Amino acid sequence: MIDKTSLWIVIILLGLGSFGLRFVFTGLIGDRPLPAWMLRHLRYTAVAVLPGLVAPLVVWPAATDGTLDAPRMAAALMTLAVGYFTRNVILAIVLGALTLYGGLALLG
Amino acid sequence: MPRQTTKSIYWQGVRDGAPFILVIVPFSVLFGVVATEAGLNVLETMGFSVLVIAGAAQFTALQLLSDGAPTAIALISALAVNLRMAMYSASLTPYIGGASLGQRALAAYFTVDQSYACAIVKFEANPGWSIPQRLSYFFGVVTAICPLWYVFTLVGALVGTSIPQGLALDFALPITFLAMIAPMLRTPAHLAAAFVSVTMSLIFAFLPYNLGLLIAGVAGMMVGAQVEVTRERRIAPPTGDAS
Repeated sequence: MIDKTSLWIVIILLGLGSFGLRFVFTGLIGDRPLPAWMLRHLRYTAVAVLPGLVAPLVVWPAATDGTLDAPRMAAALMTLAVGYFTRNVILAIVLGALTLYGGLALLG
Repeated sequence: MPRQTTKSIYWQGVRDGAPFILVIVPFSVLFGVVATEAGLNVLETMGFSVLVIAGAAQFTALQLLSDGAPTAIALISALAVNLRMAMYSASLTPYIGGASLGQRALAAYFTVDQSYACAIVKFEANPGWSIPQRLSYFFGVVTAICPLWYVFTLVGALVGTSIPQGLALDFALPITFLAMIAPMLRTPAHLAAAFVSVTMSLIFAFLPYNLGLLIAGVAGMMVGAQVEVTRERRIAPPTGDAS
């Protein structure tokens, strides 16, 4: 059971902090230029954080108690491949989900 | 080509945002369900979705709190997941930096992966747009997705555990993220950053409190930046001046 005080501390500070991150450049920097090295690192934030967030969920899914699961792995690879080659987010989700349900129906 | 009105640009934003309903609805329902299962009441669950309005960070904070991580670790890890918002903010600044403070604050609150992704593509393609037109487009995209984030978080919190296991909703999160990540892998530098991120997060998965993700994130950013520098030198070697 999560302690209610810590919960609200996290909700409120995470809300303020997230707003701060979203506002830091548009709000405070305005149109002043940023150092090139900083922009260069910031360009890769999304591709450096999100894959690391997802990888353990794909390799050790909670739904199978952390054991590698063929339908989920196949769905992840399908989503990645379709998204990469078509650049179509929706198509990638749909084909990934179909692969997951197909795999679960066949092997589940 | 007829001159675009601000109103038609707003509706263009709504249309471009609409496909993301497929991402937002399952994701927000999932958050409502997971939060309820973790013992949060409706007010607490909605507090997350309204105040934080960032799926991955909400899941991260909730997961760590459920695991009994210290409050500061849960907070810092979730903020780390949201660091990309600073990049979005930096990237939007040349386009909407001249708007009023109130408008910039409102746009900042609604800066999410989908609104940013739609906006930056259109802003680059339409350099002639005025700041009000850019804001209209941005808030059009927001109109299509953000209210649904609140509504379907509530739906998830209310239906709670009644979602059948067979739907395998646990995997909606990896699939939606992978679908969002894949088109971002445009250059060898992006691919290298993602590869390092995956490798490091798996290697350091044993670390408590999601610290492995922080290592993976920092390592991925450094590798991406380094590959970019290396490739630029190879493509355009430095001229005359000794730098």
